Amino acid sequence: MMGKSRRKPRVAFFDFACCEGCQLTVLSLEERLLDLLEHVEVVAWREVMTGESDDYDIAFCEGSITQRRDVERVRRIRERAKVLVSLGACASIGCHNALKNRWPMKDLLETVYGEAGAAFDTIPARPVAAVVPVDYQVQGCPASLPEFVQVFKHILTGQPYRPPNQPVCVECKLKDNLCVYERGLVCLGPVTRCGCDAVCTTYGDVCHGCRGLVDEANLEAAVKGLTRQGAHSLMAAVVEKHGFAPEEILAKFSVYNEPLDEAGEEAVSHGG
Amino acid sequence: MAGDKSVRVHHLTRVEGHGDLTAEVRDGRLEDVRFTVVEAPRFFEAILRGRPYDEVTHIASRICGICAVSHKCAALKAVEAAFGTEIGEQTLLLRRLAFHGEIVSSHILHLYFLAAPDFLGLPSVLPLIEKDRDLVLRAMRLKKLGYDLAALVAGRHTHPVAMTVGGFGFLQSPEDLSAMRERLAASLEDLEATVQLFGTLKFPDFHRETVYVSLRHPLHYAFYDGEVVSSLGDAIPADRYAEAIEEATVPPSTAKYASWRGRPYMVGALARVNNNHEQLGPRAREAAGELGLSVPCFNPFMITAAQLVECVHCVEESIELIERLLDRTLRDHERQGDVRVGSGRGVGAVEAPRGILFHEYELDHKGRCRTANHVIPTAQNLANLDADLRAYAPGIVEESEESFRQGLEMLVRAYDPCISCSTHVARAKSPYPD
Repeated sequence: MMGKSRRKPRVAFFDFACCEGCQLTVLSLEERLLDLLEHVEVVAWREVMTGESDDYDIAFCEGSITQRRDVERVRRIRERAKVLVSLGACASIGCHNALKNRWPMKDLLETVYGEAGAAFDTIPARPVAAVVPVDYQVQGCPASLPEFVQVFKHILTGQPYRPPNQPVCVECKLKDNLCVYERGLVCLGPVTRCGCDAVCTTYGDVCHGCRGLVDEANLEAAVKGLTRQGAHSLMAAVVEKHGFAPEEILAKFSVYNEPLDEAGEEAVSHGG
Repeated sequence: MAGDKSVRVHHLTRVEGHGDLTAEVRDGRLEDVRFTVVEAPRFFEAILRGRPYDEVTHIASRICGICAVSHKCAALKAVEAAFGTEIGEQTLLLRRLAFHGEIVSSHILHLYFLAAPDFLGLPSVLPLIEKDRDLVLRAMRLKKLGYDLAALVAGRHTHPVAMTVGGFGFLQSPEDLSAMRERLAASLEDLEATVQLFGTLKFPDFHRETVYVSLRHPLHYAFYDGEVVSSLGDAIPADRYAEAIEEATVPPSTAKYASWRGRPYMVGALARVNNNHEQLGPRAREAAGELGLSVPCFNPFMITAAQLVECVHCVEESIELIERLLDRTLRDHERQGDVRVGSGRGVGAVEAPRGILFHEYELDHKGRCRTANHVIPTAQNLANLDADLRAYAPGIVEESEESFRQGLEMLVRAYDPCISCSTHVARAKSPYPD
C-alpha cells in the first residue's frame, strides 16, 4: 500500500462515544506495541499525546457516532485517511450506544439530565462503520488484541483482512468448556463471530455477542429455534426454564447488535 | 498587551475523555477560567431500564475502560444489596485483589503516560521510546502488572468477565496466584525507581483546603468497602449517600455540580490518603516521605504523588491478600453464592481509582432494572476543580501565555479526570464548533 513512499506510514487514533477501553487495551500490548510502533509514526493520539496532525495515512477510530458534529468529524477523517479502521464494538457494530435508539430521544434526555437535557446535541447512535466506509474492522468489546495485531500487519503489508466467520462455539469447544446451555444459561455463542478465544464462556460468563454476528446469521430463525419447535431440545429447555418470550431473547441480542435504522442518513438528519 | 491572555484548549490531551479548558485574563486580572466537559453523552441510566440484572452489571462495566472493575463491582454490590445477597470471605478477598490491580494499572497510566510528559517538557511518552526505553518499558511493565492482576481475578481487566452477582464464574489456580505473588514482589524494584523519578519532579506549590470525601473501613485502607466519611469529621453509611451528596445544576451552566452538604469537595487518591493515611502499608508511607507528601495535604498537584503512594500500598497489600487466599485455599463450593431474585433497591459504593463511586438500582420482582443512578468521581470533582482553577490562575497570571496555559492544563491533569465515566456531567455546549 505505502510501498513507494519512503516515509513511515503515519497513524492516528481517534475516539468517539465510548469507554476508551479499546485504546487502553492497545496500550496493554506492552513491548509488542513498541515493535509495531517502530514501523509507523504516531501523529495523533489525544489520550496519550499533545499535538495532532491532519496528515495521516491510517486512522483508527473507536466509539460510536452519536452527535451531529461527530458525523462531520468522521467524514473529515475519512477524507484524509488512506486507510480507516473501526476499532472495537462501538465503532464496528454499535455496542451499548445503540441501545438508546430504542427510546424516544426526549425521554433519554429528561431521564438523565432533567430540564437541562433539551440543549444536548444527540442523534441515534451508529457505529463508525455505518456512517463512512471502513477498510478494516477490529471486533470485540474491548477490541480483540490478537485481531488488532493481525489487522495492523495486514495494513502494513497492504493485504485485505478476512475476519473469522465461525461461531464462538468453535473456539469454546476447543477450550473444552462445558456448553453454557448445559449450565442452564442462554448464550449467544452459536451465532456470534469467533476470534475472542471464547474468553467470556471460559471464565464462566455467557457470550453476549460483542464481536457481532457471523455473516448471514439468521436472527429470526435463531429466536424461533430457541423458543419454539425445531429447537435444539437443550436450548429450548433452558429458555423455557427462564420463561423468556421471543422479544426477551431478541433483547439479549440487542446488547451489542441492536439492528440499525435502515434509514441511516435520514435518522441523522432528523434524529434530534 | 501583556495584561491580556486568552486560553482556549479544545479537547484537552492526555486525559481520558473529552473536555475543554478556557481562561480569560484582561488587564492582568483573571475574568474567567473553567474546565468544560464535552463528552458525548451515552445515557447509561436511561438505557439500563428494563434490562435484567445480569445485563445491567455487564453493561455497567462498559461505562469506563480504565475503571471497569470499579464499575462492575459497584453494580454487583448494588444488585446484591437489592436482592439481599451475602457474599463470602473468599469472594470478598478476591474482589479486593482485583481492585488493587485496577488501582495500579490506572494510576500508572496517569503517572507515566498522562502526567509525566508535562514535567519532562514532552508532548507524550512516545519520544522516550528511543531516548529512555528503560523508562517506557518500566511504565508498561507496571501498567501491565496491574492489568494482569485484575485479569487473574476477573478473567480480563477491560472488561471483567469472571465476576458475577454473588461471586465468581471462575477460580484461579493456586499456581497462578503464587506466580502473581512473585511478580508483585519483584515489581517493588520498579516502584522504587518510579518513586525516585517522581521524587525529583517539582510539583507546583499551591494549597487550597477543601472537603475530602472517601470510603473508610475499620480494618484496612478502603477501596472495595466501607462507610462514607469526610474530612469534616462526619460519616454516613454508603446507602444513604444522597443525604450528604447532592448533584444540582448551577445556572447559567448546565453542568451538574456535586456538593457535600452544600460544599465543593474532592474525591480520589489525595482524599483517600488524607482520610485514611494511618492504614497505609509501611512501604507506602516510606514512599510518601520520599515524595514529600505529608498529611493533611491541600495541594491538588499532589494527587499524582498520592496515586504513586497508593500503587506501593496496593502491591504490598496484594501480596498479603494472595497469601491469605493461599492459606485458606480456594474452595469451589464458595465460588458462587445463592442469589434470590426479587424486587428491591440497592446502592453499591466503591473507591474507583479517581474516587468514590456510587451505583444505585431499583429492580422489579424479576430482577429487571426500573431506575438507575450513577454518581461518578470525576463529576464529584468538577466543582472543586473549577474552584482550584480560580484560586490557582491568579498566581500564575504574570507568566507567558504559553506557561499560563500549561500551568492550568497541569492542574486539570493532576485530577486525572475520567470523562468517559461521566454519564451525566456533560455540559450542553462546547465553546468550540467541532
